[in-house]
Amino acid sequence: MEIRNDKGVVKWLLIGICTVFLLVTLVLPLVYVIYTALRDGLGAYFAAVKDQYAVKAILLTIKVVIISVVVNSIFGIFAAWLITRFQFRGKKIISTLIDLPLTISPVIAGLIFVLTFGRQSAIYPFLEKWGIQIIFAVPGVVLATIFVTFPFISREIIPVLTVEGTDEEEAAALMGANGFQIFTQITFPHIKWAFLYGVVLCSARAMGEFGAVSVLSGHLCGRTNTMPLYIELLYQAFDFTGAFALSSILVIMAIIILVLRNIFEYRGKKEMES
Amino acid sequence: MGENTKAYVELKHINKTFGNYKASDDVNFTVEKGKLIGLLGPSGSGKTTILRILAGLENADSGEIYIDGKQVNEIPASKRGIGFVFQNYALFRYKTVFDNIAFGLKIQKKSKAEIKSRVDELIELVGLKGLEKRYPKQLSGGQRQRVAFARALATQPQLLLLDEPFAAIDAKVRKELRSWLRELINQVGITSIFVTHDQDEAIEVADEIIVTNKGKIEQIGTPVEVYSNPQTPFVVQFLGEPVTIKDFNQFKGFREKTKGDRAIIRPEFVTVTKKNEFNPYPVTTEEGIVERVAFRGNSLELTIRVHDELLLANRQIGQELIKEGEHVNVFLQRLYLVDDHGQNVAIAVNEALRQDESVVI
Repeated sequence: MEIRNDKGVVKWLLIGICTVFLLVTLVLPLVYVIYTALRDGLGAYFAAVKDQYAVKAILLTIKVVIISVVVNSIFGIFAAWLITRFQFRGKKIISTLIDLPLTISPVIAGLIFVLTFGRQSAIYPFLEKWGIQIIFAVPGVVLATIFVTFPFISREIIPVLTVEGTDEEEAAALMGANGFQIFTQITFPHIKWAFLYGVVLCSARAMGEFGAVSVLSGHLCGRTNTMPLYIELLYQAFDFTGAFALSSILVIMAIIILVLRNIFEYRGKKEMES
Repeated sequence: MGENTKAYVELKHINKTFGNYKASDDVNFTVEKGKLIGLLGPSGSGKTTILRILAGLENADSGEIYIDGKQVNEIPASKRGIGFVFQNYALFRYKTVFDNIAFGLKIQKKSKAEIKSRVDELIELVGLKGLEKRYPKQLSGGQRQRVAFARALATQPQLLLLDEPFAAIDAKVRKELRSWLRELINQVGITSIFVTHDQDEAIEVADEIIVTNKGKIEQIGTPVEVYSNPQTPFVVQFLGEPVTIKDFNQFKGFREKTKGDRAIIRPEFVTVTKKNEFNPYPVTTEEGIVERVAFRGNSLELTIRVHDELLLANRQIGQELIKEGEHVNVFLQRLYLVDDHGQNVAIAVNEALRQDESVVI
């Protein structure tokens, strides 16, 4: 009986610590964001959100998220397929390279792109000749976001593909199915939930990316400023209502994504178990 | 199997290496049309590799593969027209029983009506009527195997390959399924090769057994030939319940100088009689002490010490009981003499039996 009581104490202690920690580090700041956003009334809130630069920042963010998700979905599936279904030299290196963005600081990632595509780079003359602008333009923002988010989808799919094994695919191949038929009819149903989960994580990260984007965007209001960049700009200009109003929108988007994340995780698990 | 005219499947000098592991080492065999062949060997002996090379799921490093007289080395798995049953069945878990069986037909772009009638026919054949709409996870192991079998047959392949078809099924259903599969294959009349590590399975089901070990083929023959006339040390050691005797010359009935590094004896060649029971061969009978009696359900397994060698023997349940520590008469009918250097096996029959040798199996 004493042991059971001890366990009870430990359990409640842990719950207490976790709750306090989460309250202080997560819930309070979020509440404060909403509170500050609405401090000057709903009118001021909507005025801040409807500001033309704010709208442009929101649209740009959505655009960047969509492009990164699409590019990373294609890349992620190919990479996962390659790594789990083929044996070749240098597989470990490719696998490690995919994880690089997780360990590298986003600011450095941004700088790498500036060095690669900027004025001092060897390929800059060609880019200029063809009229391609990457640095301080939308392509740079997109490129930086793709770089930072690219491990998310492939990393979700790889373990699922590894566990599923190749038997079903081989069975389909023996019945005459071609690669495309095998992927769409046999492989994709397996990785569907993991894939969607990866998409969610990728979107969340893409939405909130600051460091790499900050280096590459040039902070051009209404042109290359994504939401996080614009929020910082407002904040530096002491427009707290504007900054927090836009932040609240990011928070809402994050919460939607969190809910989706949980749904996908739940569905995926359910299917795995049954 | 000299005459190549009847060969339906033929492998010539197949070699395959994974890293530094030789999975196939100069594999040669032929299979006649309509036969059911068992590839028997311990795990890691390269039997699954042979199956996968035949199916086109692996490429041989060298050697030729012929199916129905055509060399198929360069033909991809999807075009070889082979039915394959995987060890864990590899049913498409997101498809129903119907869609699993229909998959190959849909790939061939058959008409809906044609697919329906063929799938219905197969479901009838394997006895799964009423389960068409179920998903694989809603089926028992035996039912899954039936689906896998129906799916492999759907496109009417000329060759059926089965990788450990009974391994994933519990012992009781396994026996039932063995005879079911045997009958079904006869009914369909399809040339089939199955892989197994279970000698009972191979002996019961196959027309012909190919014993593999370390990537090599040890022996090919009917179950009776392979079981009672093992040709290599490995086969003697692998089949039945072998017991090794080092100093076999000291046993009565085997005293003359016979060649061999050691001898192998199986329990069915050891006759045990109580001291008070009739003993037809008193001259070549040894005396032994029963060390252990183990109940095996339908028989007793006796461990007997004779000349400091431990032998295994079976005794029927109905006979008078033998107790541990009891002195008994032990008569050895025959030994397999193994020559490890020459990789030969010779059969030595007890002197007392040599006059009427024809009686032996």
